[in-house]
Amino acid sequence: MGSSHAHDDHAPATAGPKVLAVSTVSPKVRTIAVVRPSDAEANYLGATKTGLGITLKHFAKNLFGRRRTVAQLNAGAAPVGLQNDIETIQYPEEKVVYPERFRGLHRLMQRDDGQVRCVACMCCPTVCPANCITIIPEQSDDKGIEKRPAVFEIDELRCVVCGLCVEACPCDAIRMDSGVHAKPVEERGHAVMTKAKLLAVSGDNGKSPTSIAVQGGAGADWRTKA
Amino acid sequence: MSILYAILDNPATKWLLVVMGLVMPLASLLTWAERRQSAMMQDRLGPNRANIGPIKLKGIIHFVADAVKMISKEDFIPGSVHRGLFALAPILAIAPVLIAFAIIPFGPTIFPHSYTANLDVVALASDPTNHSFADSIRLQVASFDYGLLFYFAVLTLANYGGTIAGWASYNKWALLGGLRSSSQMMSYEVAMGLSLMGCFILVGSLEPGFMVTAGASSKLSASNPLNWLWLWQFPALLLFMTAAIAETKRAPFDIPEGEPEIIGYFVEYSGMRWGIFFLAEFIEIVFISAIITTVFFGGWQVPFLDADGFRIGGHMVDVAGQQVHLGGWLLKLPHFAVTALQLAAFGLKVVLLCWFQLMIRWTLPRFRADQLMNLGWKVLLPAALGWTMLTALFKLVAMNYGWM
Repeated sequence: MGSSHAHDDHAPATAGPKVLAVSTVSPKVRTIAVVRPSDAEANYLGATKTGLGITLKHFAKNLFGRRRTVAQLNAGAAPVGLQNDIETIQYPEEKVVYPERFRGLHRLMQRDDGQVRCVACMCCPTVCPANCITIIPEQSDDKGIEKRPAVFEIDELRCVVCGLCVEACPCDAIRMDSGVHAKPVEERGHAVMTKAKLLAVSGDNGKSPTSIAVQGGAGADWRTKA
Repeated sequence: MSILYAILDNPATKWLLVVMGLVMPLASLLTWAERRQSAMMQDRLGPNRANIGPIKLKGIIHFVADAVKMISKEDFIPGSVHRGLFALAPILAIAPVLIAFAIIPFGPTIFPHSYTANLDVVALASDPTNHSFADSIRLQVASFDYGLLFYFAVLTLANYGGTIAGWASYNKWALLGGLRSSSQMMSYEVAMGLSLMGCFILVGSLEPGFMVTAGASSKLSASNPLNWLWLWQFPALLLFMTAAIAETKRAPFDIPEGEPEIIGYFVEYSGMRWGIFFLAEFIEIVFISAIITTVFFGGWQVPFLDADGFRIGGHMVDVAGQQVHLGGWLLKLPHFAVTALQLAAFGLKVVLLCWFQLMIRWTLPRFRADQLMNLGWKVLLPAALGWTMLTALFKLVAMNYGWM
């Protein structure tokens, strides 16, 4: 008999229903006192009155109260004063603020001189669980860099947005910090992001206009500087 | 002019007026109001986006969008259904409810010749054939002596809509829904009829128009809210409302629909055929509200508004065999103002009761089939019988001592 069984059998009597009798043959068989609703609780009329009171309170408050602002709803602020309880954020006009580490559409980073940072090391297509990254490498013109991607494509329909490509990248070339979703498309082929498209995605929800990553990284104190 | 008044007083005209002017708009709006109100009760916003250009009106025109959607949908009929009955069922569901509106008095009698004048109630009671009271228009399509029995009889026919839809669909779940619908309707018809029995005994008539103009007691004016039956017949109001909500086949009594289990007798219907079932349900809500208004809440009566104006105090006088409320403090109003107020009062009462039915529908969890039958046969029916006997006893004693 496992230890978990022993624990179950000797559980304190206060947790759970009141035990009236325990079987002498098998201690697991017990007679318990079933708690039925009292007459007042079982009476449908009383419960109806209580329920109507609750729904009426919500209805009146939401009908006459003011909606909280989007900022308040995003901050999860409780309603104050005449504000109502409505939690709806009306999507196209109003938006939920995503958390800082939200993984959005991919983007490819550039060097200071505008070339793509990717060195076609093949780490990301290797780690990608959805096999959605296609890289065809070519010789780089830059003598200090061995390879660069001739083709770099991500099929956003196959991507599972796990972020492993970003983790795998040794040179900060691919990021998912754009803060936007993959756009809806009319044909499947249109969901494939080419190198040019990936380089054109701006980061930080559009706040930074370019995708240039500083050579050598932002420094050890990047977190405090941001 | 007499011809015009005769046309207006024609039952067909009045029926069109009440169905097109009150019932259809209200029922269509309810499709939007229900979703919006339930959203409000559940801390959501609900449908608020349908718009014609910049006109949004909190989404009120959603019902237009719904109608356009349902009418333009494919009229799909599964291959194995009984085509004739399949097509007939929605009509059988909606027609009886619309017919039943014939007995509802939705306004007072209008006397066109004294429309701008203050109505002389004593002259009306003592000489109703006088010229100034000619060409009267009674705002009730049909006043039968057996009025409310007519309603019970006709509304029972609506039951065939659901049952036939279930049978004609050639679908086991639809058939189950249809059978559940008929069993529920039968069980609750009984309690519904009996719960109004006390009201009939007290007022002494089955005619809804008479119930509105008479009130419970002849010692008080019919416009006095204390003379409306909600006070005298409060248990009957509770019983009738419960049974009537069960008749609309909506939650908490939505066993025939049974969305989590069988989807209901209209499972094979789509497009506007389904829409008609849906509309019939909402028209039934309006009808139940109208009946409760008429029987229990004084119909088109405005509190303390008599035919000649607002009157506080005063006393009932017997003029030519009719009880007329006279004396007291009187604010005289022209006849058209009085009728307009009374029509508005009827509309307002119906809307409020519709709102209350939606409150009930979105507050209570649904019954199991056995709980439903228990409530109908073991609670409502005996309670209605008991209350009928109590009322009869009260009426007997009251008549004996001349209290009423």
